[in-house]
Amino acid sequence: MNATEEDVIDHEELDTEQYLTFIMDGEEYGIDILAVQEIRGWESATPIPHSPPYMKGVINLRGTIVPIMDLRARFSLPFQPYTEETVVVVLKVATDSISRTMGIIVDAISDVYDIPLENIKSTSLADNQNSRFIKGLVTVKERMVILLELEKLLTLD
Amino acid sequence: MSIDLSQFHQVFFEESYEGLDIMENGLLQLDVNAPDAEEINTIFRAAHSIKGGAGTFGFTIVSDFTHVVETLLDEVRDGKRSLDQGSQDLLLKSVDCIRSLLEALQAGSTPDTNSSDELKQKFETLLSSGSSPNPAVSSDDGGSSEEPPKANGWKVLFKPQPHLLMTGNEPVRMFRQLIELSDGQYHTEVNIEKLPSFTSLDPEQCFLSWTLYLHNPVEKTEIEEVFEWVLDDAEVVIEAWSENLKSEIEEQTEKDEATSSDGPVQSSETDSLDKTLSSEDSKEVTKASGPDKVAVKAAPAKESSSIRVSIDKVDSLINMVGELVITQSMLGQLGENFDASRIQNLQEGLAQLEQNTRELQESVMKIRMMPISFVFSRFPRLVRDVSVSLNKRIELVMSGEHTELDKTVMEKIGDPMVHLIRNSIDHGIELPEIRKQNGKPETGTVELNAYHQSGNIVIEIKDDGAGLNKEKILEKAILKGIVDENQNLNDEQIFDLIFQPGFSTADQVSDLSGRGVGMDVVRRNIASLNGSIEVKSETGKGSQFIIRLPLTLAILDGQLVRVGEQTFIFPLVSIVESIQQNELELNNVGGQSDVLKLRDEYVPIVALHQVFDIQTDNKVDEDEKIIVVVESDGEKIGIVVDELLAQQQVVIKSLEENYQKVEGISGATILGDGRVALIVDISGLSKLSGASNKTIESNRHQAA
Repeated sequence: MNATEEDVIDHEELDTEQYLTFIMDGEEYGIDILAVQEIRGWESATPIPHSPPYMKGVINLRGTIVPIMDLRARFSLPFQPYTEETVVVVLKVATDSISRTMGIIVDAISDVYDIPLENIKSTSLADNQNSRFIKGLVTVKERMVILLELEKLLTLD
Repeated sequence: MSIDLSQFHQVFFEESYEGLDIMENGLLQLDVNAPDAEEINTIFRAAHSIKGGAGTFGFTIVSDFTHVVETLLDEVRDGKRSLDQGSQDLLLKSVDCIRSLLEALQAGSTPDTNSSDELKQKFETLLSSGSSPNPAVSSDDGGSSEEPPKANGWKVLFKPQPHLLMTGNEPVRMFRQLIELSDGQYHTEVNIEKLPSFTSLDPEQCFLSWTLYLHNPVEKTEIEEVFEWVLDDAEVVIEAWSENLKSEIEEQTEKDEATSSDGPVQSSETDSLDKTLSSEDSKEVTKASGPDKVAVKAAPAKESSSIRVSIDKVDSLINMVGELVITQSMLGQLGENFDASRIQNLQEGLAQLEQNTRELQESVMKIRMMPISFVFSRFPRLVRDVSVSLNKRIELVMSGEHTELDKTVMEKIGDPMVHLIRNSIDHGIELPEIRKQNGKPETGTVELNAYHQSGNIVIEIKDDGAGLNKEKILEKAILKGIVDENQNLNDEQIFDLIFQPGFSTADQVSDLSGRGVGMDVVRRNIASLNGSIEVKSETGKGSQFIIRLPLTLAILDGQLVRVGEQTFIFPLVSIVESIQQNELELNNVGGQSDVLKLRDEYVPIVALHQVFDIQTDNKVDEDEKIIVVVESDGEKIGIVVDELLAQQQVVIKSLEENYQKVEGISGATILGDGRVALIVDISGLSKLSGASNKTIESNRHQAA
């Protein structure tokens, strides 16, 4: 019995997760690829009254009403006008037994990496307002990638 | 091999609830003085199958309780006992009790057995009081049975034919029932003579036979019942067995146990049988049934709601899909080598496709539709209980039970209807003596009626009671400050006052005979279904409540309006009228909020672009804007929009599913061009606009 338990732990230690990364304001951010449902171009959204400034509105995704969030606005980064090239990443995240589909607007898609879990460094950017969205930092090809905590990111405040 | 029974639990619960409904209806229809044999049979059968199912799935609490109910019914069925009001009440209570036990089990929680035990006790008292007052005496006072109904003990020889197991009968289960009957006071002998050698053993055949000794006085019929299903597949001999043989047999049992433990090779099945059956100690029996209970608790509390759809509806759906496939293949062929000359065929094909799609949509919607009898069926019981407790005589007349309604609407309309019916009985219909004095029949009537009317369903609740007291309502409303003393109100407006929240305070119950209690909640619930309620009443003759509901919650008749670049949808039912602004007289109250004088009413104006913070377009002149007058919760507001667009049916989509609730918005829909449009929640909007007016006010103060 003990041997198998150790095996499991060993296996987990070697376990990797795949992350999709995108660029925003020159920084590379990563999100769990399993949460990514699809990547779309920007199309105009129907604004929602009384929504926070980073909510751009809702779109029709094959019959489902999907809210779209501007990640730059969410992170209080300077606004960048939307173009035909603007990318919307549609994410599906399960929180507390309900699953939500939401789109986030990012500057550009970058890459997909296999990231060993043990390489993820936790952060202690305590006084940074955006740090609650950050799951950890990881170095890939000598570049820093910021991994995002999707559940927190998609929870509206 | 064990089968996971939990997969059948859902079916068992549904069937049991249906059975309970059958029992309840049957009991209500039963004339206690001259019970109809067929009806009692129906009730008995329903109880019997609930008990059987509960036993199979190990819900012993239910099967034990149902057993006493069944026994009583059985005695009635056999003519050994006559029904009276008391036992009818008791049976109805037992239906409630079984229902609550089942609900608890379904939710995966431990049922509260206090009330069921108490009720069971009452049943047992009733049962022992009637047919056999003294169990020690083998009495004949039941009259019809030749055998003594009880003895000190029974010897049961059970010799199944080899194929017994193939018929789906499980001896262990029957034995467990017997053990329960004898309160664990039993012992058994197993005959393994016919058991073949291990190599030639077919585990699906039964080679054993048993003799069971029950040491407790039990009704013979109860034992017979256990073997009811296997009489064709087994030899069953039940003999009275005297108590004084007990000690002798106990000795023998010890010997038996010794032989069985080091006896010949036994299949695992016989082994487990022996374990269960040879345990003389009743404690061990409880232990054996222990795992069942644990399993029940461990079962996940799944609450998947399901609909039972009639096979006709499914058939028509399948036909429709068949036609759609044919049309699709026709169009496909047409597309393969298409030229301009065949455009006629293409158009025909597309028209057919449209027709198919529409029919398919209708059929799919119909799947959610269920006859309103699902709601109505609970009212006979309600009327009976309430009228008995109030000493009133009431006849309930129902019509249009087959009118179909969306399941979600149905689930939500039940409570408001209960409220209205209870009100009608409680406050509408007079006591028999008063009715007699007023020249009315002593028995009052409550009528329930449902029918379709231009895309809506109408439900009427009508009583022939005293009617609403206009003077008192008005008096109260003036006292409450809801209306002004000098205001002239017509009857309709006065009756409408009972829906005002101010009327729902407790002190009303005595002087306004409680008619208004909670009526605001009733109206709110109906409004949340996009429906409306209207009241008509005539003093001395009765009242009538008319509820209008949309057939389904998934589709809404909407008015599309444009504000700036955006399109919004107003529910058509809430729109009173739409007027162009330049034709209107606008007044300014306190220099801040606008009020529209509409005939003899002042209606507050809400500008949608302000409330929702939308950039308005300057294309439309202020004067050419449209004011849509809408009504919700009895209050009118005028909403300023840029333009009226089309009216159309829209499919309602949830905003909350992926986002959250938005104030003033009830949902979203997708327009023909694929864009999302928001549906305005009228009552939410009027609340919101009140708030925004205040904001405007405070902003101005700041600016000043």
